[in-house]
Amino acid sequence: MTELTEEKVADEKVWSQGFIKGMTEEGEQLSEINPETGPLGGSAAKAHSHGDSHGGGVGIPDSSRAGRLTSYKMADFPLITGREEDWRFTPLKRLRGLDRVGVKGQEINGAPPSVEVSSPDGVIVETVGRSDARIGRAGIPEDRVSAAAWEHFAEATVVTLPAEYAGTSENVTTLTLTGQGVSPAASHIVVHAKKFATGVVVLDHRGTAVLSENVEILVEDGANLTVVSIQDWNDDSVHASAHHILVGRDAKVNHVVINLGGDLLRTTPSARYSGTGAEVEMYGLYFADAGQHLEQRLFVDHATNNCKSRVVYKGALQGDGAHAVWIGDVLIRKQAEGTDTYEMNRNLILTQGARADSVPNLEIETGMIKGAGHASATGRFDDEQLFYLQARGIPEDVARRLVVRGFLNEVIQHIKVPALEKRLRDAVERELAAGTV
Amino acid sequence: MSTLEIKDLHVSIETEQGTKPILKGVSLTINTGETHAIMGPNGSGKSTLASTIAGHPRYLVVGGSITLDGEDVLAMSVDKRARAGLFLAMQYPVEIPGVTMTNFLRTAKTAIDGEAPKLRTWTKDVKAAMAQLRIEPEFAERNVNEGFSGGEKKRHEILQLELLKPKFAILDETDSGLDVDALKVVSEGVNRSIEAGGLGTLLITHYTRILRYIKPDFVHVFIDGHIAEQGGSELADRLEDEGYDRYLAAAPASA
Repeated sequence: MTELTEEKVADEKVWSQGFIKGMTEEGEQLSEINPETGPLGGSAAKAHSHGDSHGGGVGIPDSSRAGRLTSYKMADFPLITGREEDWRFTPLKRLRGLDRVGVKGQEINGAPPSVEVSSPDGVIVETVGRSDARIGRAGIPEDRVSAAAWEHFAEATVVTLPAEYAGTSENVTTLTLTGQGVSPAASHIVVHAKKFATGVVVLDHRGTAVLSENVEILVEDGANLTVVSIQDWNDDSVHASAHHILVGRDAKVNHVVINLGGDLLRTTPSARYSGTGAEVEMYGLYFADAGQHLEQRLFVDHATNNCKSRVVYKGALQGDGAHAVWIGDVLIRKQAEGTDTYEMNRNLILTQGARADSVPNLEIETGMIKGAGHASATGRFDDEQLFYLQARGIPEDVARRLVVRGFLNEVIQHIKVPALEKRLRDAVERELAAGTV
Repeated sequence: MSTLEIKDLHVSIETEQGTKPILKGVSLTINTGETHAIMGPNGSGKSTLASTIAGHPRYLVVGGSITLDGEDVLAMSVDKRARAGLFLAMQYPVEIPGVTMTNFLRTAKTAIDGEAPKLRTWTKDVKAAMAQLRIEPEFAERNVNEGFSGGEKKRHEILQLELLKPKFAILDETDSGLDVDALKVVSEGVNRSIEAGGLGTLLITHYTRILRYIKPDFVHVFIDGHIAEQGGSELADRLEDEGYDRYLAAAPASA
């Protein structure tokens, strides 16, 4: 694996603070809660393969996204130890059993979130059984937690935008998913935009849940779909959510992840292309408070030519033990000529005691591309910025909000659903008011 | 008329080697309508005085007082000082990503005045002030100081001076790093504020160059944390010819 982090800018003041245990110069670290032994993400990953065209780690599943195991069957995945590349940042003990389904009688049979539907005319929302033919077309689980949910969900919710359906940002389909408590539960959602359909689908997660969820997002040729997944759970919630995105020829998907509330959120969107000329935009916004673990792991798999991807994730962190993880994997396969990709992650650390891990990974198997780049930066809230604003008469609390709002606004602007933008701005205000900021 | 009075000010900073005294008894009285220049070699404490007046947390006041019309400035927070009428044009203005100049200026104006400015006149004022300082209109939508050149940053400091209309402006080496053209533009801006009346100016500079464009009523020479000599604008002319050497020779050992 080629792990490029040349644009990684770390405010030295942050890293020199004593609260980050075992931080290395590369910003790599096992989750404190997991055993601190073993190689970081597989032996091949550790031996960085810069410039070695044969170093892609064929046969070593951990070392390249191309080689990572996918399966609908939980049993195909080995037990999670916390030492895997995929799990090294996740505090497994806080997953409340989602990682140990099938071990020592651990079950995943709690009631899944209730689904309340608000949809415009023309959009079809159904509840279907496991055997429905529309399930399993957009992707295959890439980790044990996702596979466990896939094996155990009872019913799926299928949202269909019919062919040539013309939705707008004003007539949005919203699934309000309300958690039913702390028994580990599995759920399954399919969002299907048929040929040339356009529209917006919002998945709004609330309440209390310990949930493993698979979301299939199937975008057929020429369709233009926006999916916004909001995780605004109660504080005691745990949510692992795997989004499987498959984009057809000349189709476009705008994928937005908003991670706000919950004890541990792990969102893993993977985007794949089934045709040429398609475009994927992935935006993310997260706000980690004291004790929260918010992890987002993305994968864009460029396997067809002339496709485009853009990833922008921004997060703010405040309070003791606030932890955000962003991993952005992009793979450009040999046949994906004309690929144009860029991914970016920015973290703003507002107080001491918070920590952000940010790792962009780019694997390129062909030189015949339009562009490939990435950037990652983590910075502290700067006292000099505060002084500057205050020296212009702006009170401290207003000054802090001004900076944080400005920082997160870049993502909010991209959602392009007016009602949601307002709600998210309010949510950011609430987070700021709740914190020490 | 307002008066900014600094009496026997002692200021230290914390360093790795311990507490280091920077200002060692500075007394200075500035009235609105007056322009004072503070000159001195590097490390003499000029910028410390500026930052201390504005309330930068790095500087520790260990003795003396600063009052504005009798009110204790040292007891005020940084933002309260600004609202009381003090303005510091920074030597190194910081970048603030994600906050546009437009948003920043309006927020600052609202904070200083205690009410939001009337949108129509405000927009016009901002545009006019920007034009006079030869700032391209596109800067209004750019983030505060982000990617600005040194000269652009200084012009934006003066833009804020003109729009926020303080009682006292402390210009901390606003002239350093400017070419002659930019220096003229910036000086014109300062002079406009002075001519508008009601402004006391404390012009901190290493060079005499800016004093050709902004005429000081009083010149104070800073050496090693205190005022070594005071005079009228003729003192600046003398400094231009002679430099600071004769003061430094008279202040041995402590440097």
